[in-house]
Amino acid sequence: MSSQPGVSRPTSGEVDLVLRRVLQDVLGLSSERAEALTPATGLFGHMPELDSMAVAGLLTEIEDQLGIVIEDDEVDGEMLETYGALLAFVQAKRAGA
Amino acid sequence: MIAAWPCPAGGEEYALALDRGRRHRVLVLPAWFDESNKLRRFTAETMRRLDAAGIDSFLPDLPGCNESLAPLEQQTLAGWRAATETAARHFAATHVLAIRAAALIAPQGLPGWRSAAVAGSAQLRSLVRARVLSSREAGRSEDREELLARGRQSGLDLAGYRLGARMVSDLAGADLPEAASLRDIAQGELGGPALWLRAEPDHDPAQADRLAAIVAAELLA
Repeated sequence: MSSQPGVSRPTSGEVDLVLRRVLQDVLGLSSERAEALTPATGLFGHMPELDSMAVAGLLTEIEDQLGIVIEDDEVDGEMLETYGALLAFVQAKRAGA
Repeated sequence: MIAAWPCPAGGEEYALALDRGRRHRVLVLPAWFDESNKLRRFTAETMRRLDAAGIDSFLPDLPGCNESLAPLEQQTLAGWRAATETAARHFAATHVLAIRAAALIAPQGLPGWRSAAVAGSAQLRSLVRARVLSSREAGRSEDREELLARGRQSGLDLAGYRLGARMVSDLAGADLPEAASLRDIAQGELGGPALWLRAEPDHDPAQADRLAAIVAAELLA
């Protein structure tokens, strides 16, 4: 949670796990479903749970949990199309952070 | 169940009150804006469980929210702080349970908890982002910085809530205060997904069970 002080920034190897956990929390996925996400799993437009409010909440959680800042003009259909695309985006952000 | 309390800004506001004159009296401060709808049932269900555990609780409407007749656009963080201080005195609260951004307006010095607390700046960021995204889906291009600048000047419509210029500025600068007398309860402790992030309002009785159990255990220990 963004509010929790003392949460250490995860190493890059943990980004995948953190991202799955955020998706699980935000979308209310079962842990089985979160673990079953593959790079090809469709996100925005595929999962009924994701409307613009949920996407906004998701991105804010990702920012807070992974210590990155996502600009609105970086948010596009492609980045949110699949789990793999979102993970690649977040990892690239962290590399540049 | 429904009680009225005098608001410092004038007039009365309602509160959901589960009051049997017991020793422990918890002022419950609800989440804000879009999140208030998503968490209303969870919040009320948590209070029912506190009642069953022998604890009184009170859920005041903030001015401009829920049943309040006051215009939301005229509200400020300072005004809401004054309101919660007044509500705490009126209901003789012994503790406070602040949910989400309500951590920003918990009455000074009252012990208690803040559940999944969020800074005003983060709350505002999500709201503005949701507006930018939904505008884009509707084929309109909006810029976050430009919206915020406009909001600080003349207020802003965010997710159906009309926030005044002061509130936009207040939120943008509102970090979470030091918890001091409040204990943080992380969402993970409730053992379920964040209900305020559901696209549709949802309920999870197990989370209400858990939150009430945490509060009751620490109160009655």
